[in-house]
Amino acid sequence: MRRAFIAILKRDLALAARAGGGGELALVFFLTLVVLVPFALGPDLNLLSRIGPAILWLGALLSVLIGLDRLFQSDEEDGSLELMRASSLPLEGAVLAKGLAHWLTTGLPLALVSPLLGLLVALPGEAVLPLFATLLVGTPALSFIGAAGAALAASLRRGGLIVPVLVAPLTIPVLIFGVSAANAALGGTVPFRTPFLILVALSLAAIVVGTLAAAAALRQPE
Amino acid sequence: MTQTPFQDSRLRVENLACRRGGRLIFDGVSLSLGNGEALALTGRNGAGKSSLIAMLCGRLRPDGGSIRIEGADEAELPELSHLVGHRDGLKTALTARENLAFAQDLLGSPAASPEAALEAVGLAHVATLPVGYLSAGQRRRVALARLLVSRRPYWLLDEPMAALDTASQAMLTGLMRAHLLMGGAILAATHGPLGLDEARELRIGP
Repeated sequence: MRRAFIAILKRDLALAARAGGGGELALVFFLTLVVLVPFALGPDLNLLSRIGPAILWLGALLSVLIGLDRLFQSDEEDGSLELMRASSLPLEGAVLAKGLAHWLTTGLPLALVSPLLGLLVALPGEAVLPLFATLLVGTPALSFIGAAGAALAASLRRGGLIVPVLVAPLTIPVLIFGVSAANAALGGTVPFRTPFLILVALSLAAIVVGTLAAAAALRQPE
Repeated sequence: MTQTPFQDSRLRVENLACRRGGRLIFDGVSLSLGNGEALALTGRNGAGKSSLIAMLCGRLRPDGGSIRIEGADEAELPELSHLVGHRDGLKTALTARENLAFAQDLLGSPAASPEAALEAVGLAHVATLPVGYLSAGQRRRVALARLLVSRRPYWLLDEPMAALDTASQAMLTGLMRAHLLMGGAILAATHGPLGLDEARELRIGP
């Protein structure tokens, strides 16, 4: 069972590294989005630094969402999903491995580049680390909420935008607490700890619920 | 590789019915498959051969009837069987060897090594090539090599001879014969001959 779990994780990481999976595309999309915003808002640095955390969080959210539809669809198309169904590893394990690989190749890189992109939106120095921390603990929630949506759309040949549309409303709590924790570091009445801990809780819950929901959706026979 | 014969078990399918899009494809299909037996599933295009196999691996819900395994310690058919269907289950960006190593880790009960399995299907020379560069017939052979890397008693094959040249068809017949001698069981949907004298035939549909 452990071997099967590691095999799926390793395979997805190898595929992401080799075939140029959604990970790099998400990163470029994130960069594009964050670069565009200052042009739209104009040269008001105070405004930019005030809404900086919100821009970065929104950018990260959208970047994770755009690549999600391929998470299970490609495995469904080439028959790899049949193999996973025939494994003694429960589908929950397979989903967990795939979700983890998705986070390692998408969410983690987004969090890692966020301090750099923070410069583009004039993020004050004291907010850089808190923002990085919120993205680090918040993006797993996006991957696993997304996995549930991607599993529902796995057998749709041209799912396209349906997964982001399905998943986006479910990510609202993550966005709210992610941004409010990052904003707390900029000053304000809310301490950083409270929204941050709620964000951690949301991520942990999403990993469990998202995994179970995605496995249930994939297991459902036609 | 040293191999012991498979444990005694029997697949029993009774009065299976299949309905697709409101239309009855087949009903009253019964079959029984045990150690060392081969069954060729024949029928016209659209008779429901692939649907029957999809039901056996739990992908499609039967619209009537039952599928069960006797013996084999309560294990379910999907965990006891190999499926090689129309979709090869290969990742084009990975090499043939990596694909087989993945299948072996995933399916468990390792038998032949990926290298030995590729040798057996005559593809040792492309082991390190990404599967995307292989022809349809070669991909099918890599998928068939999966039957050898992990040891499972039931082989469910959906038109296994499709895309194979004559030499490869003979190779597959040899593999199937060896599997039957070990006490394995084979159910193959096919239009052409499998080359197995002992295979029974089940014709479904009109």
